[in-house]
Amino acid sequence: MKSMQDYRTIMTGNDAVAYGAKLARVKLISAYPITPQTTIVEKLASMIANDELDAKYVKVESEHSALATVVSSELAGVRSYTATSSHGLLYMHEMLHWASGQRLPIVMSVVNRAIGPPWNIWADQSDTMNQKDTGWMQVYCESNQEALDTIIMGYKIAENKDVLLPLMSMEDAFILSHTSEPVTIRDQESVNEYLPDLDLPFKINEEHPMGYGSYDTPDGSFMELKKDMVDSMQKAKRIIEDETRKFNEMFGTEYGGLIEKYRMEDADYAIIATGTIASTARYVVDILRKKGEKVGLIRIRYFRPFPYEEILSSLKYVKAAGVIDRSVSFSSGGPTYVEIVQGLYGKLNVPLSSFIAGIGGRDVRIQDIENIYEMLKSGNSGTYWINVKEVR
Amino acid sequence: MPISIPKQELMEPGHTACHGCGATLAMRYVLKALGTKTVVSVPASCWAVIPGAMPYRTLDVPMVYTPFAATGASISGLREALDIQGKEDYNVVGFAGDGGTADIGLQGLSGAMERGHNVFYIMYDNEGYMNTGVQRSGSTPYGAKTTTTPVGKERDFKRENKKVVADMMIAQNVPYVATATVAYPEDIIKKIERAREINGPKFIQILAPCPTGWYYPPEKTIEISRLAVQSRMFPLYEFVEGKFYLNKSFKQVDVTDYIKAQDRFRHLNDEEIEQLRRYIEERWNMLLEWEKLYR
Repeated sequence: MKSMQDYRTIMTGNDAVAYGAKLARVKLISAYPITPQTTIVEKLASMIANDELDAKYVKVESEHSALATVVSSELAGVRSYTATSSHGLLYMHEMLHWASGQRLPIVMSVVNRAIGPPWNIWADQSDTMNQKDTGWMQVYCESNQEALDTIIMGYKIAENKDVLLPLMSMEDAFILSHTSEPVTIRDQESVNEYLPDLDLPFKINEEHPMGYGSYDTPDGSFMELKKDMVDSMQKAKRIIEDETRKFNEMFGTEYGGLIEKYRMEDADYAIIATGTIASTARYVVDILRKKGEKVGLIRIRYFRPFPYEEILSSLKYVKAAGVIDRSVSFSSGGPTYVEIVQGLYGKLNVPLSSFIAGIGGRDVRIQDIENIYEMLKSGNSGTYWINVKEVR
Repeated sequence: MPISIPKQELMEPGHTACHGCGATLAMRYVLKALGTKTVVSVPASCWAVIPGAMPYRTLDVPMVYTPFAATGASISGLREALDIQGKEDYNVVGFAGDGGTADIGLQGLSGAMERGHNVFYIMYDNEGYMNTGVQRSGSTPYGAKTTTTPVGKERDFKRENKKVVADMMIAQNVPYVATATVAYPEDIIKKIERAREINGPKFIQILAPCPTGWYYPPEKTIEISRLAVQSRMFPLYEFVEGKFYLNKSFKQVDVTDYIKAQDRFRHLNDEEIEQLRRYIEERWNMLLEWEKLYR
């Protein structure tokens, strides 16, 4: 049921995620400014200054410290939040492992931006794809509304006792972060009903002193703890589906869980994409469908846990599929492509192509996706760079 | 004078430190002074190993382990989160070695002190990366041999003077800064009690001699830490809300009494010992000037 207290307005993706954090009742924020994330931390600072948000904001001296602060505050039992981008995320890399290894359900917003050199501040998912093996869940948002809602859903999923893993929620730099769209700010009471207060099964407590993250030996439980993280990541799939459905029922939204399929029912060809490229691809699918082409779209929302089964079943009857990545895995095509190849291996023999597009903020145009479709139809498969200039 | 060391033990037997470990004594005294309502955060260091492998723990207080560079940020997060929950009476203590403080953790330390959190940062200074096998740190004194400044044909001992983090904290105007050493446990406890009165960041650098890394017999830890003070290699001082007090109440000895007791300095020739003497005198004179400046 959609609440009467929802408030619809126009805002940027970064403002939307700040509202998401506010609605999730985060009590501690620690962040360091980095373009294009800066307007998130500015918005949060102004919310606190204007008494709209009851939280402490620890203004740290680096991203490494931002996540270290958040890890410790969450360990003490307080719902904590941070946001970053690009080089800031890379600087956090070590702490990313500590957040997941200490099983802390932190939610972090990441504005996807290129990694230098050369310096480049525009959209590129290489920063978060570099972090896919840190034990964090990863969501790639398509709209400002989804960016707001994912913070709320993110805490609910991460804090589930069967999951207890941190989650990063992504926006493509500038395309979402700095572009205004109509966004509904959810009713606080409904959010409170959906997302209860943080209740960690363990937290710092003088009556029951424990060590948090002490060392472990080869014969101790180190290996079992790592396996438990993998098992929890697997369990998270069902919980993501459940919690997304509950959110949809409560707020009248229509989010898919791990993936979203568009016009895939009778598709001969499938385009697979994440984030805002999926928006353009959906538009292209409509254009091509009008011309009688049987093409559909699979939008991957969750890259971690990766939806192998869902993609596999979606590709069962297609003639070929193309995966568009706004990131590069050097020497092996795009990261999403690599994941899907792994999922298909030995199960399904569908020609799969990798398309690297939009690196460093290069526009991904309707024409580019139409070209991708033509390449798929022509029966070639391989790795292609889309819309690259000749470099002299 | 009656003994003023609290009886309460928050360090249990069974830790895995080397015999004669100064860092173990430092933790023991700090916890005696602070009591049970204390949360300790330790980065990669000897103290990440001393409490034992999980699930065992030597200390009767919660311990948060954190990566090497993260102590300053970790105690910032702990302090604010405890305050949010109305637990202002908890002591939050960062307990880091000299590598985690003078080198990789310096940025995080400086940030935490600048933001003014109500925390203790205890640097236990064993003058090297002792947990990884005695390598040079910024806090290693001039003349010391370590495994990365070995003395062979090239006599590659540490050529640079010690980076004194407590001095840097005074320059940053941290409300409470002190130096201490395990030879004087009552002094450590008094300093912590005084620091406790201050609502803000507190930095205490405790010289913690390391028999393994300084190459001396384990039973000499107290004697050597006393000689460090008496030879003025490690002056004891307190900087309390802008006022500086230098401890001059001890019998002065020559630096050779200190360095001859440790094999890490045994290669030094007369000229090099003279250089150490000059450093000691210059720094002592600087501290006397500070006493005049911060009165």
